[in-house]
Amino acid sequence: MSSMNAELSVNKQASPVPVKSSLWKLSVRRLLKNKLAISGLIVVVFMFALCFIGPLFSPYTDNKIHMAMMNKAPSLKHWLGTDALGRDVLTRLMQAGRISLTVGLASMLLSLFIGLLLGAIAGYYRGIVDQVIMRVADLLLTIPGLPLLFIFGALLSEWKVPTDYRMYMVMLMLSMINWPGLARMVRGQMLSLREREFMQAAVVLGLRDRRKLFNHLLPNLVPLLIVIATLNIGGAILSESVLSFFGLGVMPPTATWGNMIDAANNMIDFQERPWLWVPPGLSIFATVIAINLFGDGLRDVLDPKQKR
Amino acid sequence: MADALLEVNHLKKYFPIKAGLLNRTVGHVKAVDDISFVIRRGETFGLVGESGSGKSTVGRTVIRITEKTDGEVKFRGVDLYGLPAEDLRKMRPKMQLIFQDPYSSLNPRIRVGDAIGEALLDHGLVSKAEVRDRVLDVLASCGLSSYHIDRFPHEFSGGQRQRIGIARALVLNPDLIIADEPVSALDVSIQAQIINLFRKLQETRGLTYLFISHDLSVVEHLCSRIGVMYLGSMVETASRDELFRNPLHPYTKALLSAVPVPIPKLKRDRIVLTGDIPSPSNPPSGCKFHTRCPFAMEQCKQQVPEFRDVGGNHYVACHLV
Repeated sequence: MSSMNAELSVNKQASPVPVKSSLWKLSVRRLLKNKLAISGLIVVVFMFALCFIGPLFSPYTDNKIHMAMMNKAPSLKHWLGTDALGRDVLTRLMQAGRISLTVGLASMLLSLFIGLLLGAIAGYYRGIVDQVIMRVADLLLTIPGLPLLFIFGALLSEWKVPTDYRMYMVMLMLSMINWPGLARMVRGQMLSLREREFMQAAVVLGLRDRRKLFNHLLPNLVPLLIVIATLNIGGAILSESVLSFFGLGVMPPTATWGNMIDAANNMIDFQERPWLWVPPGLSIFATVIAINLFGDGLRDVLDPKQKR
Repeated sequence: MADALLEVNHLKKYFPIKAGLLNRTVGHVKAVDDISFVIRRGETFGLVGESGSGKSTVGRTVIRITEKTDGEVKFRGVDLYGLPAEDLRKMRPKMQLIFQDPYSSLNPRIRVGDAIGEALLDHGLVSKAEVRDRVLDVLASCGLSSYHIDRFPHEFSGGQRQRIGIARALVLNPDLIIADEPVSALDVSIQAQIINLFRKLQETRGLTYLFISHDLSVVEHLCSRIGVMYLGSMVETASRDELFRNPLHPYTKALLSAVPVPIPKLKRDRIVLTGDIPSPSNPPSGCKFHTRCPFAMEQCKQQVPEFRDVGGNHYVACHLV
């Protein structure tokens, strides 16, 4: 749409003040009225800022071992105390957040890409292509996600995948189990859109398939995609944490919120050193809740027909 | 006929009725059942009939957005159903459809200027630099303003949207425009504007219309020839004057007698039809109209009347004539 618009705007004539009110503007205005969604957004932005900008102001590095400072309680020097190797918990928490948020975002983008591509192809061309794609998706949907992730995680350990690469492997795994649901929704939406009268108008006008797909169908999918994508990030962060907690996701020394909570595995740490596992736990909790609140708000605004 | 722009021969469209666990076809809705007519260049052919008579299906099948079941559609001498997909696409600009519902026929996320101009680009009819000028031209001739070009459909009223729909069809410079009840979704004052726009465009551009409507006064105002449909079949075709002066089919007579006239004291012989239009999945035998016809005879129940010329290009399908 934008390219076409640019084409048309080349020789803008002296028209009265260009009117720039679009459906998007209306949606933003409605979203701003939803206090819950906005507070969710604020928390998410805060978490991102904390994790990506915070470490720059920290006097410590995340993996520097300091034997003299083992297991110290929170103090003015170490706001959230130190762990069993004398590392500053706050710095690690922020670094861990970078990994967790990146994994969440990246796996969402990847599953969105796969799901959108396959779902759009299935819904637009239908027939045999649709059948093949959707049966594969069904197959993946019937297997519960978590056990599947565990098996993949165990395989990674078995094959001794270097720890540096594990993060990328985890992203891949998460998108592999996430795309079928997405493809299903995109396909359903495509099927209903292609029967709408404006798509028949596009046929009558003799538009090319490319324009029908990218200029007519996709822009109508965008609201739905934004909503699914947002809600998916929360899920992906949670899954990554679960995996890392069980030692099957991202491995130490690379910190993630999940493997930091692993500290609660040990009775003494659990009972006497809550600063080791409460902050990462709270971070996951706050981030996922905030993302879901924001996602719900977005859905109410952009996709009012879809209520769960 | 040499000057025939559109020729429709024995067109049929049956929609299958699927039912049961195996989704078997248990019957057909005969929406269009053996219809033939010819539209000559420059004329306006009106298609009238009550709801469910298959008028819209004729329009959609003629322009091939609904596939036919049987029959032949010739546009400019070319059989539309014999064309491969890409050739059909290239033929599209020459025949355009104006939709009944101006709300659902415009994509809510495409600006008006893009909606009108995109087909020009896809058919390579003008260069990118000229598109905007062409769009502005056509907006003006449809009574819209140049600043409307960057707006979205939801910012317009129903009448304005219908003008956008007309502009979108018109910009391609088509030979034939099929208007599928283009004014029935609009209120009466706007209807008049749109009807007059249709007339003006025909005078200035020499357009040919297939005008589908259930409103006889609109059809009388606009059309040069009229076809009357009942339950998927054509019952009568004649020039406008002939049809209004000398209707031959009982159904046409009933329709015409139902048109309100602005003179309350005028005595009229009103033919009131009883009952509803029968189901097109199980149409009556013989003449389809015999169940509601005040003059039905025994012959009507058994024998399908032939659609024949009674002189002066006046065709009718009735045993009584």
